[in-house]
Amino acid sequence: MIMLVGQLGRNVIRGVAKLGDATLFALDTLRLLFAPPWQGKHFVMQIYAVGVGSLIIIIITGAFTGMVLSLQGYHMLVKVGTEALLGPAVALSLIRELGPVLAALMFVGRAGSSITAEIGIMRVTEQMDALEMMAVNSQARVMLTRVIACAVSLPLLVAIFDVVGLFAGYLIGVEMLGVNSGVYIGETIDKIGMSDIEAGLVKSLYFGLLVGVITTYMGQRATATTEGVAQATTQAVMLCSVMVLVLDYIITSFYL
Amino acid sequence: MQNYKKIEMIVGVFVLVGLISISWLAVELGGVAGVGTKGYTLIAVFDDAGGVREGSDVLLAGVTIGKVVSVSLKDNEEALMVLNISNDVKITTDSSLSVRTKGLIGEKFVRVNQGAEEEYLENGDEFDDTESPINLEDMIGKYIFSGDAK
Repeated sequence: MIMLVGQLGRNVIRGVAKLGDATLFALDTLRLLFAPPWQGKHFVMQIYAVGVGSLIIIIITGAFTGMVLSLQGYHMLVKVGTEALLGPAVALSLIRELGPVLAALMFVGRAGSSITAEIGIMRVTEQMDALEMMAVNSQARVMLTRVIACAVSLPLLVAIFDVVGLFAGYLIGVEMLGVNSGVYIGETIDKIGMSDIEAGLVKSLYFGLLVGVITTYMGQRATATTEGVAQATTQAVMLCSVMVLVLDYIITSFYL
Repeated sequence: MQNYKKIEMIVGVFVLVGLISISWLAVELGGVAGVGTKGYTLIAVFDDAGGVREGSDVLLAGVTIGKVVSVSLKDNEEALMVLNISNDVKITTDSSLSVRTKGLIGEKFVRVNQGAEEEYLENGDEFDDTESPINLEDMIGKYIFSGDAK
């Protein structure tokens, strides 16, 4: 019994220490944003890898999310005779919740895992040390560029996700299920305000930062062995996914 | 180097598409107006604003011709509404205003009924004739109690 309590205490202390370490790491990395030399070219390369690389999967997910929302929503709303509200229902759930969250989860799987694995392997193969040997600040070159690339890419991806989802939802609702197109568009424009769009974009910005920080941190602190990197990648993906949902709830509660 | 130029190009397109998406959302759905709101301002005083809010529509013959800019209290007893009407719509000086509901439980809007005068309201003018919304609860109450009295 006493052993168990001790174990619990040890785990909590370890967890808190890790959280502190990650926060310091994040602040230390973001501080480099204001320190020359600027990593312009590497930053562009990272946006290419992280953002453009996720584009296809985001478009596919967005389209099917919009379609299924429209289909599901229609069959629920038609029971109470309010299918005129299909447009706003689809748009609101997409823009406020599903867009940021689903895009972030897909982003974690597509880009986040590769960031952790890449950094972990760079450490295993001593590429970080090689960078330091050439007087390159590896934290700025490797970590910062990835964190910023995530924070910049995700809001853009979420916006694309939203637009694709809205069009897909419109196609299903109007063309397939026969909701009047004027009503669909009119009600949508009527019910959606700038605050909804703002809430979605603010969320995605935080999610991007969060994913960037967690994945780079896990890669950096991974045990420098093959198993260590594999374990760190799995943990990073899980931690990111859970944290995205937790943070989503917190931000939503502020925005309502 | 050639390769990097290509990547730069693709990233540029990606960022551009993302930004276009954001601005499309903001302009089409968010209702962020381009450069200021065009139109002129009219003032109306109601006994009861009856659920009209800032941003409610102003309709003439069922067509949206403007928006309610603000609703505030005047002299602690009446509701003062500032309306923004688009420039190409002319409203006669003897026209009347009423607060109506879209459908049975829809949102409130302000309806303009044109009069017969040849003169038109100008920027800053006030409507003479305003009709407060029909309060369904009051009406039901009246009906019940008048029935009771018999």
